[in-house]
Amino acid sequence: MIHTDILIIGAGPCGLFTVFEAGLLKMKCHIIDALPQVGGQLSEIYPKKPIYDIPGFPSILAGDLVDNLMKQIEPFHPTFTLGERAESIEKTGDKEYTLTTNKGTVIKAPVIAIAGGLGSFEPRKPPIPNLSNYEDNGVDYMVREPEKYRGKKILIAGGGDSALDWTIELVGIAAEITLIHRRNSFRGALDSVDKVMALAQAGKINLITEAQAVGVVGDDTLTEVVIKQKDGESNIAVDYFIPLFGLTPKLGPIADWGLTIHRSAVEVNTDDYSTNVPGIYAIGDINTYKGKLKLILCGFHEGTMMVQSAFKYIYPDQKLSFKYTTVTGIAGLES
Amino acid sequence: MSKDIIKIKLTDREGEVHELEAPTDMNLNLMEVFKSYELPVEGTCGGMALCASCHCYVNSDHELRAASDEEEDMLDQAFYVEDNSRLSCQIRVTEDIDEISVTLAPVS
Repeated sequence: MIHTDILIIGAGPCGLFTVFEAGLLKMKCHIIDALPQVGGQLSEIYPKKPIYDIPGFPSILAGDLVDNLMKQIEPFHPTFTLGERAESIEKTGDKEYTLTTNKGTVIKAPVIAIAGGLGSFEPRKPPIPNLSNYEDNGVDYMVREPEKYRGKKILIAGGGDSALDWTIELVGIAAEITLIHRRNSFRGALDSVDKVMALAQAGKINLITEAQAVGVVGDDTLTEVVIKQKDGESNIAVDYFIPLFGLTPKLGPIADWGLTIHRSAVEVNTDDYSTNVPGIYAIGDINTYKGKLKLILCGFHEGTMMVQSAFKYIYPDQKLSFKYTTVTGIAGLES
Repeated sequence: MSKDIIKIKLTDREGEVHELEAPTDMNLNLMEVFKSYELPVEGTCGGMALCASCHCYVNSDHELRAASDEEEDMLDQAFYVEDNSRLSCQIRVTEDIDEISVTLAPVS
């Protein structure tokens, strides 16, 4: 069981900087994120892209901004639950929420700050009829344990690094590997592409390009995948079908928490970025209000305003006097 | 004389046709135009060709700049991809695409 003052959902730039502003007010933060690393979109989608509108940085790579934020919040010792998705919340006391992740981690806090960006990143699932019937029964959207596929017939679909890397990795483990891809060329690292081509030439894998998986066949478990090529459809016998098409953000369970949601964004009061549920705030790309701009710098502002309100909510009887870091350093309230 | 405002025909996912207009002097792309009309295009990555949420089909035979490797890479991660698939964020609003006709791809 984890106890904290502010439970932040989402380890993107906005969630991370909120730790700093909360720390100045002597409030502790715990951050959860569905991705295994911090940084949100900046780490997952565009780590090597320069950002030009962070005040004070004429240009900074997204990945470097995340590194800097982690360094900036280090003095406040935030704790993290990564690779787990916020699943459900329950009000378990006057000022206490209990949040449970999809892996069963339980966190208690008086205040929840949703800094979920576009939602949690989940595998892209191909639009194949009945595909969901075979999830965990022959269809896997990620490879967790390669040994699972020992001696099995598998079909991997996709053209990126994960499709190529797992194809290479599973040679010698799986009995039969088929890799199918929409185009003739692959977008993965050149080295991986060469390896896959060599494996195909050596007959160690079955490489089918200009093809897409369009159907699944089976009873209780998956038995065949239907693939479509220019000259028609054919069936391939498989034990496992592994579509690897990257990750895409989905709002996910947050939609069921009783918050007012408009177009996949949480409506907030711009006085303090509070939602319609007391003690729950929404900051950054996930919120919406009149004039909303989805900018990192706006998210920083929202997190800053929000922690002031959270302080008053948690400690209604305490006086909060505003301090500049130039006067008190990061000791904030203490001095 | 160069054209300052071009016309765009967009068919949405319900088959409804929208006649749009867009200025050529604002460095816009099609995804941004669709969003400005509040049409249901996500444009999650903001136009970096790093998601596929603005996937569309180009119906007219306008000669467009060929898709970059980055755009093709993202289309690899999209579904319902056809020969005329493009990411609308990678199509610049210039007079060359006046009267272009595009259809939004299904959400994947």
